Amino acid sequence: MVDSLADPLLRVEKLVRRFGGITATDNLSLDVMSGELHAIIGPNGAGKTTLISQLTGQLAPNSGTIHFAGRDVTRQPAYRRSRLGLARSFQITSLLPDFSAIDNVAIAAQAHDGHSFRFWGNARKEIHLRDAARSALTRVGLEARADVPVSELSHGEQRELELAVALATKPQLLLLDEPMAGLGVTESARMVALLKELRREVTIVLVEHDMEAVFALADRITVLVYGRVIACDVPDAIRNNEEVKRAYLGDQHVVVAHV
Amino acid sequence: MLVLVEQSLNGLQFGLLLFLLAAGLTLVFGIMDFVNLAHGSLYMMGAYFAATFVAWTGSFVLGALLALGATLLLGMALEFIALRHLYGRDHLDQVLATFGLILFFNDAVRLIWGPAGLALPLPAWLTVPVQIIPGVYYPAYRLSIIVAALAVAALLYVVVMRTRLGMLIRAGASNREMIGALGINIKLLFTLVFGLGAALAGLAGLMQAPILTVQIGMGENILILAFVIIVIGGIGSIRGAFLAAIFVGMIDTLGRAFLPDLLRKVLSGAAASTAAPALSSMLIYLLMAIVLVVRPEGLFPAARR
Amino acid sequence: MTFPITPRNIVAALVVAGLLLLPLYSQLTGNIFILTLFTRIVIFALAASSLNLIMGYGGMMSFGHAAYLGIGGYAVGILAFEGIGSGFIQWPVALAVSALFALVIGALSLRTRGVYFIMITLAFAQMAYYIVSGMSRYGGDDGLTIYKRSNFGGLINLSNRVQFYYLCLGCLFGGLYLIWRIINSRFGLVVQGVRSNEQRMQAIGFHANRYRLVCFVIAGTICGLSGALLANNTDFVSPAVMYWTRSGDLMVMVILGGMGSLFGPVIGAIVYLVLEELLSQFTEYWAMIMGPLLLLIVLFARGGIMGLLGRLRLG
Repeated sequence: MVDSLADPLLRVEKLVRRFGGITATDNLSLDVMSGELHAIIGPNGAGKTTLISQLTGQLAPNSGTIHFAGRDVTRQPAYRRSRLGLARSFQITSLLPDFSAIDNVAIAAQAHDGHSFRFWGNARKEIHLRDAARSALTRVGLEARADVPVSELSHGEQRELELAVALATKPQLLLLDEPMAGLGVTESARMVALLKELRREVTIVLVEHDMEAVFALADRITVLVYGRVIACDVPDAIRNNEEVKRAYLGDQHVVVAHV
Repeated sequence: MLVLVEQSLNGLQFGLLLFLLAAGLTLVFGIMDFVNLAHGSLYMMGAYFAATFVAWTGSFVLGALLALGATLLLGMALEFIALRHLYGRDHLDQVLATFGLILFFNDAVRLIWGPAGLALPLPAWLTVPVQIIPGVYYPAYRLSIIVAALAVAALLYVVVMRTRLGMLIRAGASNREMIGALGINIKLLFTLVFGLGAALAGLAGLMQAPILTVQIGMGENILILAFVIIVIGGIGSIRGAFLAAIFVGMIDTLGRAFLPDLLRKVLSGAAASTAAPALSSMLIYLLMAIVLVVRPEGLFPAARR
Repeated sequence: MTFPITPRNIVAALVVAGLLLLPLYSQLTGNIFILTLFTRIVIFALAASSLNLIMGYGGMMSFGHAAYLGIGGYAVGILAFEGIGSGFIQWPVALAVSALFALVIGALSLRTRGVYFIMITLAFAQMAYYIVSGMSRYGGDDGLTIYKRSNFGGLINLSNRVQFYYLCLGCLFGGLYLIWRIINSRFGLVVQGVRSNEQRMQAIGFHANRYRLVCFVIAGTICGLSGALLANNTDFVSPAVMYWTRSGDLMVMVILGGMGSLFGPVIGAIVYLVLEELLSQFTEYWAMIMGPLLLLIVLFARGGIMGLLGRLRLG
């Protein structure tokens, strides 16, 4: 554990990703320490989702490295990073629409419980997978909706289910891509409360537009503009950072200045 | 050497025919996101219309023009009655529905024209050999196919890249909502594009008709080749279809012409002459497999969505 | 396990009972033709069910599935031609060659998605078609007559109509049971998950294509078995069984019956082939009716017959 305090859990060094002439990730370096909740903010088009996609392996960087838990994962495909303990939630809810809530979670638990080239036994009767799924559902408060098909869940419930799916993979690091997107006031408050609980157990990288939530939750905040890190500090310091204020001027989130 | 020139021209001519077919397929797919298996049936209908109209009018050119118009109308009618209801549906639904249309057209042709094939005789002025380079003669008709198909390809390029219609077509491919918002009658545009694709298929069919017999199912093998072409070229890309079509036409024709001789050096005569067509057909699929392994989106993927 | 009494399950049970009792009916009425017809139907039902495994559950729209009918058939035919008549050799070879073919074309085709996949599987099946057309030793285009059906010692006599019918039916029910186990297994859930949302499955730790490929191979192998049965049924195998319109027929059976329902393809095969038989008795131009019918089914009856039955409520 002493090690984990000294070495970051996630270390991104000099990451570059270009799309044609646009540099969406520009020589970006970032450390996420074990146990912290690290928020990433930035105006629209700052390259937040591009960054997340490179962290999870959906998108390959042009250059630079990503180390996770001491390993170079830069060239590892998404499914391998998930095996190492890196989980993500999607910005646009991305569940298995044909499956029930509990099946969505159970299959995530299954992914991290031995191999799945088992052709005969009924997977829905594997008690330990069901139990793991049920406890993840309970953590996000969806235990009563376990057997409901995803297509019948409300938007807020789907976002919570996204979180349960990520939790079921027993991650060391949770990458949350705008978990509050599209949520109402009460749903947002519930999500913030939930994240407050979770941050005690797992390291979280949070990409979010809802500044109120970010400043309430984050240990540290990294600000991206045009794919570059312009600031990385504790919330209070970010609030008073002149460059950040300037970057957000004209953007809808001028909130930063007076939160 | 002489044979090589002649066979290369044959390959070019076949490739250009394949392009006409593939262009319609790839236009309709690129713009309406619609997979049309019945495209081969339109090719067949073009040939049957031509055989009929040429016999009626006694003029090859007039008959061909009428056949072209008839295929255009048939395509538009087909789109209007049935196929437009399948836009936005699963590709699988489109495949099945148009598979049904193939069954229909094959039997409809059998009912109307009978099970035996038709011949489309050429007028005398198209049967003379033309001296293309000193000492090398090439049938005038095949030459005219090359010229006509190249002209159509050029026209298509100009229409798609330079005109307002082409701009709409390209805009429709990349942004359906936008074009709707511009207040353009997108339904009419789609019907026109479909008709254009049908006419191109019909043109390929009627030009091929005097060389082969006009028969039921003639569109099926060539449809598969057209699929291979648009997969190699990249779906939705006219340029990709053009290059891939020439390539496939060449390989197919030259393979059929020269593989038997090559094989005869290693195999017995009879075995070589049966294995050669199979091998040259396989060459194309092998090529496609290689392209897909290296570039799963085809060689020239259309930049869209 | 329990089966609730729903219209779908009632129809499925009736079909099972009907298929089991069919030889009895044929014996009593002396109607041999119906047994011949249904032997063919049962074989195609098995092939369609295997296609349903990849199409309905795996989301892989293969348009080249008839290739395995030909491969299984030619494995039996070629071995018989070369003097190896034992079914204990012929059939395992048929399955193994089908599996191998599925492995190779699956590994290549699965690099693509959507309509590319449809076209690529179609093209590979056509390639197989041209290969067998070019095998002049085994009849080339004209096909290969099989003079003796597979020999299983004293175990079963394939030349006896009733025994052969029950063998085919046994293979069908065995295949359906296998598919049913698979779709509820860990493997089956992963495959269905990948159909539903591939990106999500990758993100939670599955190498999607590996599961897809294995599923593709299983389906090809089952279809190879139907090919071996079909060759024995017709005493003949020709490139025509793997022509792309045959693959289309199989797809139609799956969609007509109901894609992604275990029993759908069986119903689809029965309806399609019986309809074809009836229409062809009524008119020579039966496809002129069948074609537009397909179009109407696609337009108005989504989910096929099983889908329609699923929407019915009892009482």
